Amino acid sequence: MAQDATPNLNRRKFLTGTAVAGAAVSLTPPAGTPGGNGQALAQTPKAAPPSAAAMRAESAQPVAYSHMLDGKPGSDFMVDVLRALDIEYVATNPASSCRGIHESIINYGPEANKKPELLTVMHEESGTAMAHGYAKVTGKPMALLFHGTVGVQHASMALYNAWCDRVPMIMLSGNHIDAAHRLPNVPTYHAAQDPNAMVRDFTKWDDQPMSLQAYAEAMVRAYKITMTPPMEPVAISLDGHLQEHAIGKNEKLKIPKLVIPSPPTGDSGSVKELAQLLVGAEYPILVVDRAARTAKGMTLLVELAELLGCGVVDLYGRQNFPNRHHLATGPAAIGRADVILGLEVADYWGTVNQYMDNPEQVQKSRLKPGAKLASITAQDLYIRANYQDFQRFQEVDVAIAADAEATLPGLIEAVKSAMTASAKSKAEQRVAAFKKAKAEAAARSRAEAAHAWDASPITTARLSAEIWNVIKDHDWALVSRDSGQSNWPHRLWNFDKYYQYIGHSGGAGVGYGLPAAVGGALAHRAHGRLAVNIQSDGDACFAPGALWTAMHHKIPMLTVMHNNRAYHQEVMHLQRLGNWRQRGVDRAHIGTTIDNPFVDFSKLAGGFGMKGFGPITDPKELGPVLKQAVQIVKAGEPVLIDVVSQPR
Amino acid sequence: MNLPTISAAAIASIACTVLGVGGASAADAKKGQQLFITYGCYACHGYNGQGANVGVKLAPDPMAADALANYIRNSASAMMPPYSEKLVSNADVADIHAWLASQPKLDPKNIPLLKE
Ligand code: HEC
Repeated sequence: MAQDATPNLNRRKFLTGTAVAGAAVSLTPPAGTPGGNGQALAQTPKAAPPSAAAMRAESAQPVAYSHMLDGKPGSDFMVDVLRALDIEYVATNPASSCRGIHESIINYGPEANKKPELLTVMHEESGTAMAHGYAKVTGKPMALLFHGTVGVQHASMALYNAWCDRVPMIMLSGNHIDAAHRLPNVPTYHAAQDPNAMVRDFTKWDDQPMSLQAYAEAMVRAYKITMTPPMEPVAISLDGHLQEHAIGKNEKLKIPKLVIPSPPTGDSGSVKELAQLLVGAEYPILVVDRAARTAKGMTLLVELAELLGCGVVDLYGRQNFPNRHHLATGPAAIGRADVILGLEVADYWGTVNQYMDNPEQVQKSRLKPGAKLASITAQDLYIRANYQDFQRFQEVDVAIAADAEATLPGLIEAVKSAMTASAKSKAEQRVAAFKKAKAEAAARSRAEAAHAWDASPITTARLSAEIWNVIKDHDWALVSRDSGQSNWPHRLWNFDKYYQYIGHSGGAGVGYGLPAAVGGALAHRAHGRLAVNIQSDGDACFAPGALWTAMHHKIPMLTVMHNNRAYHQEVMHLQRLGNWRQRGVDRAHIGTTIDNPFVDFSKLAGGFGMKGFGPITDPKELGPVLKQAVQIVKAGEPVLIDVVSQPR
Repeated sequence: MNLPTISAAAIASIACTVLGVGGASAADAKKGQQLFITYGCYACHGYNGQGANVGVKLAPDPMAADALANYIRNSASAMMPPYSEKLVSNADVADIHAWLASQPKLDPKNIPLLKE
C-alpha cells in the first residue's frame, strides 16, 4: 500500500510519545502530534500483521506496542476487581472485544481460571440464563462476558427474563469506543457509542468507564445496585484499550470497599397498621410470589402464617413456603379471604381478577365483596416505563414500599403484639380446617395421578411420580418450573427447602429453561445436591449447546425431557382461535408442533458427549432408566432421558 | 377433515396401549379416541381425558353423553373453546364419549408409587 511504503515519522513519534508518557493509559492523542495521527492510525490497527516489505519500508524494527505491554495489563486489574467482589464464574462466549480480560482470567495470578472460573457457553442467551438460574440458588450475581453489540443482542432476551424475575447479574461486554484506535471491519461492526442502550430498558444501571479507576468504582457500584431489592441485572461495557493496555506507571488504583446496602424495610407505623388488619380478619391469607429471597424468608413466612393461622397461596415465583405445610393452600382461598396480604406479587391484578380468554374477554373480580388488600413489595420503589413487566395496576388498601423478606421480622413482632385471645381462637379453628383440607387435597392428587397411569404418551403425573421415587432419598433440587407439567411435582413431591425450587423465567422468554437449569445445577454442585431438570422440548431446541456446557464443565444434572413434541401453549391458542372463527382445530398443529421429524433428544445429548436415554414411550421402562441415570448424576455427570409425554 | 400429522403419530403410539374398554362399544371408543385427537380435546384434557392444569378431568366416569354434547356446544369458559355442530357432529360426540367411558378407574392404593 502506498501509505505503508512511505516512512511515517509521525506514526513512530506517536507511538514513542505514548510509551514515554507511559502513565496515561490515555485514549486522547498525546499533544504535539496533530495532523499525522489520522493518517497513521488509519493504518496502524489491522487484523493481519503488516507484511515484511511494509515493515522494512517503515522501520528496521517492528512497531513496538510498548504502551500495551510495559507493565501490568489493565485487564489484570479488572480481574483483581472481580476477585475482590468474589465473583465465582464468568460465563462467556469468546469474543475478541473481550480478549484482554479473557486472557487475564485464564492466565493471571495463582488463582488463574479458578477465581473466577470461565464458563464456556454456546450462546449469550444461554450464558445469561445460566447466570439467572445460578443467582436464584446462590443469591449472588454471576458475571457475563460478551461481545459488545452482537453478543449483547444475543443476550438481550435472557436479560429481559432476569429483569422481570428480579434477579442479580453483571453483564460485561467488550467495546472499542475510540474509532481511531480500533481494528477496522469486524471489531468496528462490533463497536457502539452507547453499547448498553439497547438493554437499558431492562437493566437497572449501566456504565462505560473510561479509566481503570472508574471501572473499579463502576463495578463495586454495579454489584451494590444489582444486589439491592428489587434486584435486577446491570451492565458494564469494557473498553478494549483499557483491557489491553498496561496500567500507567503513575496510576494509583484502588478498589473501593463493597458494602451491600441493607434492603428497605417497611416503616413501623404501616407495619403495625397491617398487623392489626391481619389479626382482626375473619379469614386472612398471604399470597406469596417472590417473597422469600433466601432460606430465611421461608422460615419467616412459616412463622407468620402459623401465628395468624392463615392460608398461604404460593404463586411459586420462588419456593416461598413448604408445599406440604398444612397452611399451604390453593388459589381458591383468594375468593374466601377478607384480608389478603400480597408479598412481592409480580401480577397482583391478575391474581385477584380473572380475565377470560374468550371472545367476550370477560373480566371479573375473584374477591369477596369488601375484601381488603395489602401489599409489601420493593416494586413500589422502582419502575420503568416501556416494558410492561409491572403488570396492570391493582388498587390496594395498605401499600408498603419495601422488601418483603426484610420486613417480615418487624411484621411478625407487630402481629404478636396485636394478637388477642379471640383472634387466637379463630386462628385455631382455621388451622383445624386447613389440616383437614390438606389431607383431602393430598388424597385427591394421588387419585388424579392414577388416571391414565399406564397410558402412552406418558402422563406428566406418572413422569413426576417416577422421578420422585428415585430422588426422594437424596438431597435434591428441581431446577425447572413445573407449570408445564400441570404442577405435578408440587402436587406429589415434598418441597420443604427454599433451594428445592427456583420458579420460572420471569418474562416467559422461551429458551430460558435448559440453560437456567444448568446454572442452577452448577450452584447446587458445590453442595453435592442432585439437580433435576424436567425439560420441555421446544425450550431445549432454542440453544441446546447448554448441554455441552453442562458436559464440558462436569455439571451433574438429571434432565428428563417432557417431550410433548409441540410448542404446546400455542397449539391451544390456535385451537381457541380456530373454534371462535368456526374454522375448527384440525390445522392448529401447523407452525406449533415439533414433528415430521421428531427430535431425537438422546441423540442430541450424545452429540454433545452426554449419555442420553430414550425416546421412552412405555411408562414401565421409565423407572429402571431413571435409576441408571441417577447413578450417572451421582458420579458427577449430566444425563438426559427423552420421555414422550402427554401435553401437560 | 384432514388428520393432523401429530394425530397420526400420537395414535400410533397410543394404539399399543389402548386401555380396557368398558360400557360403550369397542368400535365407537376407538373412533372416539381418534376424534379426541383430531378435534384437539387431547391438547387441554390429555390424550386419555385424565385432565391437566389447562383442562379439567373428563375420564374416568365422564358426564352423560348428552350433557357432554351440551357442554362443548355452549361452553363459554375461559379456556374451553366452544365446538359448534358444524365443527363436531353429534355422532362424533357420541364416539368421544365412548372413548372417555372406556377409561378404567384405577385405585392409587394399588399403585406402589402413589401410596405414601
Ligand atoms: C383449549 C383447551 C381445551 C380444548 C381444546 C378442549 N377443552 Fe374441554 N375444557 C377445557 C377447560 C379449561 C375446561 C374447564 C372449564 C371450566 O371449568 O370453566 C373444559 C371443560 C370441558 C368439559 C366439562 C367438564 C366438567 O366436568 O365440567 C367437557 C365435557 C369438555 N371440556 C370436553 C371437551 C371435548 C370433548 C373437547 C374436544 C372436542 C374439548 N373439551 C376440548 C379446555 C379445553
